[in-house]
Amino acid sequence: MDTTIENSNLKSEEYFINMGPQHPATHGVLRLLLTIDGEIIKKVEPDLGYIHRSIEKMSERDSYQQIVHLTDRMDYLSSHINNEAVCLTVENALQLEVPERVKVIRTIISELTRIASHCLWWGVMGMDVGALTSYFYGFRDREMINDIFEETCGARLTMNYNLPGGLMYDIHPNFVKRTKDFIAHFKTKLPEYDRLLTGNVIFQKRMKGVGILTKEDAISFGASGPVARGSGYSCDVRKHHPYSAYKNVSFTESLKTAGDSLARYEVRIQEMWESMSIIEQLIDNIPEGDYKVATKAVIKLPKGEFYQKVETARGELGVYIISTGTKNPYRIKFRSPGLSNLSLLNHIAVGGKIGDLVASMATLDLVIPDIDR
Amino acid sequence: MNTMNFTLSTSTTIYEWLLGILPEGWENTANIGTMIVIALIYLAIFAVAGLYLVLLERKVAAWFQLRLGPNRVGFWGLLQTMADALKLVSKELTGTIKADKFLYNLAPYFVIVTSLMALSVFPFTQEFQAFDINIGLFFLIAISSIGVIGILLGGWASNNKFALIGAMRSGVQTISYELSIGLSLVTMVLITGSLQLSEIIEVQKNGWLIVQGHIPAVIAFMIYMIAGTAETNRAPFDMVEAESELGAGFHTEYSGMKFAYFFLAEFINMFIIAAIATTVFFGGWLSPFGITESIPWLGVIWFIGKTFILVFLMMWFRWTFPRLRVDQLLTLEWKYLLPLNLLNIVLMAVIVWLNLTIQF
Amino acid sequence: MDLMKVNKTECMTNEALQNLISNWIPELTFTEEGSQYLNIIVKPEHLHQLMSQLKSNNDTSFDYLFCLSGVDWGKELGVVYHLESTTYRHTIVVKTQTTDRENPTIDSVCDIWKTAEFHEREVFDFFGITFNNHPNLKRLFLTDEWDGFPLRKDYVDEINMIIK
Repeated sequence: MDTTIENSNLKSEEYFINMGPQHPATHGVLRLLLTIDGEIIKKVEPDLGYIHRSIEKMSERDSYQQIVHLTDRMDYLSSHINNEAVCLTVENALQLEVPERVKVIRTIISELTRIASHCLWWGVMGMDVGALTSYFYGFRDREMINDIFEETCGARLTMNYNLPGGLMYDIHPNFVKRTKDFIAHFKTKLPEYDRLLTGNVIFQKRMKGVGILTKEDAISFGASGPVARGSGYSCDVRKHHPYSAYKNVSFTESLKTAGDSLARYEVRIQEMWESMSIIEQLIDNIPEGDYKVATKAVIKLPKGEFYQKVETARGELGVYIISTGTKNPYRIKFRSPGLSNLSLLNHIAVGGKIGDLVASMATLDLVIPDIDR
Repeated sequence: MNTMNFTLSTSTTIYEWLLGILPEGWENTANIGTMIVIALIYLAIFAVAGLYLVLLERKVAAWFQLRLGPNRVGFWGLLQTMADALKLVSKELTGTIKADKFLYNLAPYFVIVTSLMALSVFPFTQEFQAFDINIGLFFLIAISSIGVIGILLGGWASNNKFALIGAMRSGVQTISYELSIGLSLVTMVLITGSLQLSEIIEVQKNGWLIVQGHIPAVIAFMIYMIAGTAETNRAPFDMVEAESELGAGFHTEYSGMKFAYFFLAEFINMFIIAAIATTVFFGGWLSPFGITESIPWLGVIWFIGKTFILVFLMMWFRWTFPRLRVDQLLTLEWKYLLPLNLLNIVLMAVIVWLNLTIQF
Repeated sequence: MDLMKVNKTECMTNEALQNLISNWIPELTFTEEGSQYLNIIVKPEHLHQLMSQLKSNNDTSFDYLFCLSGVDWGKELGVVYHLESTTYRHTIVVKTQTTDRENPTIDSVCDIWKTAEFHEREVFDFFGITFNNHPNLKRLFLTDEWDGFPLRKDYVDEINMIIK
């Protein structure tokens, strides 16, 4: 967009504001060009590409084990789930059956990652709306999960614990006990967080009726994850296309119909409860067995096309591999949940105020490296 | 001068000391000299006090967030703001090319001068008051209104879109909430019958005004605290400087010492709001039930203590609540607080007329 | 292996879908080889008509476009659409390609699914395929002055690309 005064078609009351790439409210490097009339927003145009690292092009010359390492830098808050997506695609293409132990451990760690991502989201949500203390409370609990991961996987953010065929190493002996301690601790904290933020009348007024997204719009814009579930569209990949150990656990999909920011917020809080319930069902009964299945050192997928969907903390991540039988993929495409969710920002923010834009964007839970890849 | 009978009336003390030094017939100069000396003393004390309020804010914030706060510079972090002040003084004073130079430089002075002027009328204890004017309360409200000009000037003269939006928002907010402050203070004046601050405290020797006025006084206090927090642009009313939105608001383009003026003025304003509340609602320097009546200089400790509790309350608000949107802020004032205030005045008038106040 | 849980009773099998759709437009190619879903290969001229019928027809009602990818098949440039129905939960893949590498043009489906707007900009950015009737066709990730289309197989960049 040409933002010089002479070349744009500004009316006399409207003006441009740049919520630039470095900005406390856009989570990551996202540039938003706002056209505003007083306090009302007329148009929001995102400008992407500040953290584009051409992961898809790089993957065309990498082996499949190397591609797994690139994926956890996409949506770094659900890094384990990204790795799992690529591993599942490769395993399904090779028709490789992994042991039950691997499936259960992958599910438990995915759910812990989901809770960690939602903790960070909750902290940042409060900070965006103005309650600066919630940031510290959210991060405090996320630290406990990061410590569990550090002991087992060796890393706190980019895990690389999965590989096609299973896991890199077996879980640490302390893993089960520490996870159970964390669940017991977090169950007392989550109601406290609810009281602090959700019950606050100022918070409710900032979120209720703000950024409304109807179900038809959610489907048309390709929204997924809590954004779509807050509008009533049931799209949980763990329910409709189950993978790993999700067939063996019972949990309810959190759905709300209001479609405003408060509904999306409540869906995520509910998801945290559901994740804890899934972990509790699995943590005591991890089956014995191998932690991986041997694959060839050089993995070659058969000729064909393969698609796998998983549910990350943001929504539906899709991995689409077109293979010609060689050791590199011919084309790999990552269907990122963030790009579809970002495309509806203009739709829900127009007509509202700047404060509403900040609140709605916080409930969309965008991670920009996921969009830019 | 015998230290045991050291009178706390500072102005007379200084006046007489100056009269003693200067030759005969120079009374006017002694008068002016007194005022200058008092101004310098207050300036020194409150500049430093402002700095320590900043430290208190950081410590309180840290405790709410389950962490420690600054504790490296000096024992318990006590020298932290000194270090910050040194840093601010030594910073380069940047300025934009197209900014209106004169207004840009003038704006911070409006804000800091009005804050310091308001401090001069507070009674810290019996007779320890710089200026005891008979329109004390009115003077305070009038002075705080002048501070708005500084904010608007600062935003306009910066020649920056964000600063301008911030300044406009802030101006609107401050002007609206001054109404509530003024009206809730008028409610209390109905009991005291005088605007003079020392008179207000005299009346409270029969019980603090918040007790004397019971129901309408409690309502007036709550409205006053809400409006006072909004006056000083603190959370939950800090849309103006909402860091997560449009940069830093009206003081985006200021750096170094001028920024320090704005920053300090915010904290001193907070102190002033709390001090007014202490004087008008909670008895100023009086001790509860008159327990330390006989030691007058303890009044200072009571005054400072009560003020700091109210300052802590304001800080507590900041770190707990999310912030209101601008239109919600203004709706709160014009549709809810203002009618409530007016009804409250009527209620208080009825109670005073029927002699239903609680006196001790 | 069956990755799709068939929950709804009205979910159509691939055969039924093939029978239904082949009646709409001539010259469609159907294949299930090398893929989990039914693939339809359509010529660019019939693309928009096929897509709107896929969405509006009550038996298919493919209202969720979940993946739009550009592919450089070596000689041709193509686009692959993955569609899903939210009522019946069946999935289908539509492919189209053009041999024109200088000026590849394909109809846009923005008016059918709003999500296509950003995804088609991405395909334009990386492959150079222009979409007719797109409201705002500009580059999405790369800067406006970037020369070339990186994800094409014949893209050469001495500085930024490391070839093993």
